[in-house]
Amino acid sequence: MPLLEVRDLCVKYGAIPALHGLSLSVEAGQIVTLIGCNGAGKTTTLRTISGLLRPSGGSITFNGAPIHTLSTDGIVRLGIAQAPEGRGIFGNLTVDENLSLGAFARRDRAGIAKDREWALQLFPRLRERLRQNAGTLSGGEQQMLAIARSVLARPRLLLLDEPSLGLAPQIVQTIFHIIRTIREERGTTILLVEQNAHMALHTADYAYVLEVGRIAMHGPAARLAASDAVRKAYLGVA
Amino acid sequence: MADLLQILTMAVTVGSLYALIALGYTMVYGILKFINFAHSDVVVLGAWGSFFFAAALLPRMGFGTPLPWWAGGMALLFAMALCGLTGFLIERFAYRPLRGAPRLNVLITAIGVSLFLQNAGQLQFTLVRGDDTAQPPAPALRLPFGTQPQRMPTLLPDQDLLVIGEGQSTARLGSLDVVIIATALALMVLLDLLVRRTKFGMAMRAVSFNTDSAALMGVPVNRVISMTFVLGAVLAAAAGFLYVLKFPTVQQTAHPTWVLVGLKAFVAAVVGGIGNLRGAVLGGFLIAFAEQFGESYLQKYLGSGLKDVYVFSALILVLLVRPTGILGSPLREKV
Ligand SMILES: Nc1ncnc2c1ncn2[C@@H]1O[C@H](COP(=O)(O)OP(=O)(O)O)[C@@H](O)[C@H]1O
Ligand SMILES: [Mg+2]
Repeated sequence: MPLLEVRDLCVKYGAIPALHGLSLSVEAGQIVTLIGCNGAGKTTTLRTISGLLRPSGGSITFNGAPIHTLSTDGIVRLGIAQAPEGRGIFGNLTVDENLSLGAFARRDRAGIAKDREWALQLFPRLRERLRQNAGTLSGGEQQMLAIARSVLARPRLLLLDEPSLGLAPQIVQTIFHIIRTIREERGTTILLVEQNAHMALHTADYAYVLEVGRIAMHGPAARLAASDAVRKAYLGVA
Repeated sequence: MADLLQILTMAVTVGSLYALIALGYTMVYGILKFINFAHSDVVVLGAWGSFFFAAALLPRMGFGTPLPWWAGGMALLFAMALCGLTGFLIERFAYRPLRGAPRLNVLITAIGVSLFLQNAGQLQFTLVRGDDTAQPPAPALRLPFGTQPQRMPTLLPDQDLLVIGEGQSTARLGSLDVVIIATALALMVLLDLLVRRTKFGMAMRAVSFNTDSAALMGVPVNRVISMTFVLGAVLAAAAGFLYVLKFPTVQQTAHPTWVLVGLKAFVAAVVGGIGNLRGAVLGGFLIAFAEQFGESYLQKYLGSGLKDVYVFSALILVLLVRPTGILGSPLREKV
């Protein structure tokens, strides 16, 4: 049984449909990527999984149980964390407070302290800035904070929405390296949304290609990366 | 000198009341980005709740005049509980169903809730019949709202703590003023600690910055919003209670006095920078100072009875210089 199973998902904004019957599944322990152009519906998919949007049809099951009627905080407590598009940093709070919010739903103080230490080792730049207002961080640092914060929820499934968006190439490398580290050291299952198809296919085990609200193709990431259609449309190879 | 002290005392006393009320406006705005027009009516409920407790409930339970020493504190707690519950119900049944609706709809609903409270507050009916055969006879327990003003019983003696000057220009600092200022300040400090030092306060600040993102952290957003309304209403209750301690004529619920108190507290929140807690406190005192000092020092040039003019002039002046209020952050559209 896959950890996450999305079946025939339909989501509308008012009367305008954004997803028409999207299905995908994520196996435990894998990094699965969802790639597609701007406006394809990637963010809509992740927001619906997290309960910020309600589907007009279809179902989402996590670990065998339907979750598409639960509240967002209930979904977080089941073990699905998300680092949203645009990072969703609380600019009026300190870096430290942002991290604490990541662990908001947890009660195990010792576990939180350990995970916090682990996250700060992963992102040493954040340790130097703990007392600073998060709004003063650079874009790359904010993205690191968003990921560190979502890791502190100790999720079973981590949703990442375009973590490389707007970052310098060097920092993009770091971010993808850290995504792999999280899976390796934590065993966290990851659903990675990206427009940077090259890096995403290189990092993931399995990939879905989303085109205007529908899955157009899917398969092992390496196989998609080698396919002509993907190479032409997403990897810029003529 | 004595004049100055007298005005200062009045300004600080009234200012702490405005500040308490302004906090409720600003907290709700900070989280939901709308003006809760029913907030001033919760202040009125706090005033009438205190009156009901002291003038009806206590006598019914056998505590006549003079009221026991703990009556004041208990009246405050009673009003807080009553208003806290009302604040909770208003949010739950009037505003929550409109979450995600256009702002205008919520605003109109708020005005509707306000009118409802004002008019429901003019009803009067008997809760428990009187019992003449009981010893001592138990008076009837009426919900004492109605359309006539009532006189708040004396809960605290107003002793002179300090008297300066004599004749025309005496200044006195009464124990009542001290109690009002101390209670208001204590509540403000508690709120500040709650917001800055507790996990709940952190969640509140997070929700006010970015609601969706807070939800993604596992913050139960609806519960935080409920609690925000309850907190605002509890502070409003305190303000209503302290107001009728100071000005013991309890006016009917739709009386212009109340409308003006609510409006000035709202002005205070805007002047301080709506959404900013410390701004609300600052604005409350600023408005009270403009009102009291304007009335006293400009009277000989402009005539008397212009208190409200000074308040709104202060509003216009501040907004001309700083459109977002003194401590307000520059306009940032919520994404
Ligand atoms: N808040 C919104 N209101 C209306 N339409 C929206 C909203 N957000 C996204 N859309 C539309 O839904 C479609 C999918 O958007 P989105 O999920 O953000 O795509 P992606 O993340 O793949 O770029 C787009 O056509 C977009 O214009
Ligand atoms: Mg997107």
